[in-house]
Amino acid sequence: MIVADKKPIEEIIEELGTHEKILILGCNECVTVCEAGGKKEVGILASALRMYFLNQKRDVKIDEETLQRQCDHEYLEEIRDRVDRYDAIVSLACGVGVQFAAEKYFSTPVYPGVNTCFMGATEERGLWTERCQGCGQCILARTGGICPVSRCAKRVLNGPCGGSTDGKCEINKEIICAWQLIIERLKALDRLDDYEALSPLKDWSTDRAGGPRKVVREDVQP
Amino acid sequence: MKANTSSRLKKVLSAGHLAVTSECGPPRGSDPEVIVKKANLIKDHVDAVNITDNQTSVTRMCSLAACIRLKIMGLDPVLQMVTRDRNRIALQSDILGAASFDISNVLCLSGDHQSFGDCAQGQNVHDIDSMQLIQMVRHMRDDGKFLGGDDIKRPPQMFVGAAANPFADPFEIRIPRLAKKIKAGAEFIQTQCIYNLDKFEAWMKLARDRGLHEQIYILAGMTPMKSAGMAKYMKNRVPGMDVPDALVKRLSDTPKEKQAEEGIKICIEDIQRLKEVDGISGFHVMAIEWEEMVPEIVEKAGLYPRPEIK
Ligand code: SF4
Repeated sequence: MIVADKKPIEEIIEELGTHEKILILGCNECVTVCEAGGKKEVGILASALRMYFLNQKRDVKIDEETLQRQCDHEYLEEIRDRVDRYDAIVSLACGVGVQFAAEKYFSTPVYPGVNTCFMGATEERGLWTERCQGCGQCILARTGGICPVSRCAKRVLNGPCGGSTDGKCEINKEIICAWQLIIERLKALDRLDDYEALSPLKDWSTDRAGGPRKVVREDVQP
Repeated sequence: MKANTSSRLKKVLSAGHLAVTSECGPPRGSDPEVIVKKANLIKDHVDAVNITDNQTSVTRMCSLAACIRLKIMGLDPVLQMVTRDRNRIALQSDILGAASFDISNVLCLSGDHQSFGDCAQGQNVHDIDSMQLIQMVRHMRDDGKFLGGDDIKRPPQMFVGAAANPFADPFEIRIPRLAKKIKAGAEFIQTQCIYNLDKFEAWMKLARDRGLHEQIYILAGMTPMKSAGMAKYMKNRVPGMDVPDALVKRLSDTPKEKQAEEGIKICIEDIQRLKEVDGISGFHVMAIEWEEMVPEIVEKAGLYPRPEIK
């Protein structure tokens, strides 16, 4: 899923400036799972903002709403009839949702309420870690199912680098060296011999480097 | 190892001599005298001089410019190149720039992570890795082609090196990783600083068991300790370093004012012991910000004078 983290409330307050009718818009998908932008967090942020504006003696109306998804026209359309009541939206969806909402409600300012971080997994409650960078050309078959593009600080494809120590990455003793994991996994799969195969230069044109990306699937298009 | 090159390092090695290399870190400024001065301290005692590439990710004068200085002085520079800061366009372009001055040795590295340096908030590139950089330079040299497939006019004639850490984790791949670098096209290796000689000799034996010492020149990395404090720092703080307790103790037991001298002595003893190890082709003496000690180490280790090469 897409993992996001809360934005400091001070930053959100600054973004909001002099707006007086604000909709806090949550999303029921990834950001709900990572507890950054679901119904619960919408409620918490809305209360905190109400309290802040009350203290400031400012009359600001804060409404709450959480959609099934903000990255789909269908769900985002659900608020069309009431959008005009607001002079700003704070979207607690990932950056995709924020932008999709902004595109749809073109004359309403939409502010991000979270920092979108990465594609990752829930290791345990309150701990999410990165697993994928969406490079567009999956190499997991060659690397024992562990991704050096997202999990190695230098994304080396023929690792490890010289900094790997006691299984940990050179940048931080808390981070496991991706290549340690790859080698352990290759060993477990009885494929350690594969290690000596040179990994060719990667084609990054399917990555961010190639510009904004698109997936077109004519077979499922209406 | 057929391509012609003006590399003195390569000539010394292929004539069967034990080679001696050293390194100079470029200054944090634009004064060319710094590099000239450092080089003058060591030039008669080494065959080639590595120039580091923004080592520990601290911004410095570029390796290429400093290498050009050395070349103009008549020395044989080893251009260190990390894949951290440049994509494949910039790397190929710098290789050609170096070749235009007939700089003929390159050491291919991934580079320390930028978080160690003075631009921790910067991006890193890592378009290709060090193994692929080796392949890239060999491709440019041997096939005379750019990565994109076009012909290179006057292809670079580089002697291609890589680093190796005989003490690296995970343990199982220490030797396979060396084999992989050879497969990628590396022709010489400069190792990580060696303090644990027993472990290094065990690594060399494993390399010999696979015949790797006959496929690549291995230069043992030697860095004298300046003090007990430095030994402790290297042991505890520097990733991938193996410093035995006995060495730390020997330096700690030495009075403070004699520790530097003792450090040099240990370095010389270590070189003398490793000279006898089958498969060692030379020494890479890295006296960090202590270049003036290189001549003494080289002389007392019995590696002076350096061979005459035509
Ligand atoms: S230590 Fe491992 S994870 Fe960290 S940069 Fe090096 S190879 Fe990558």
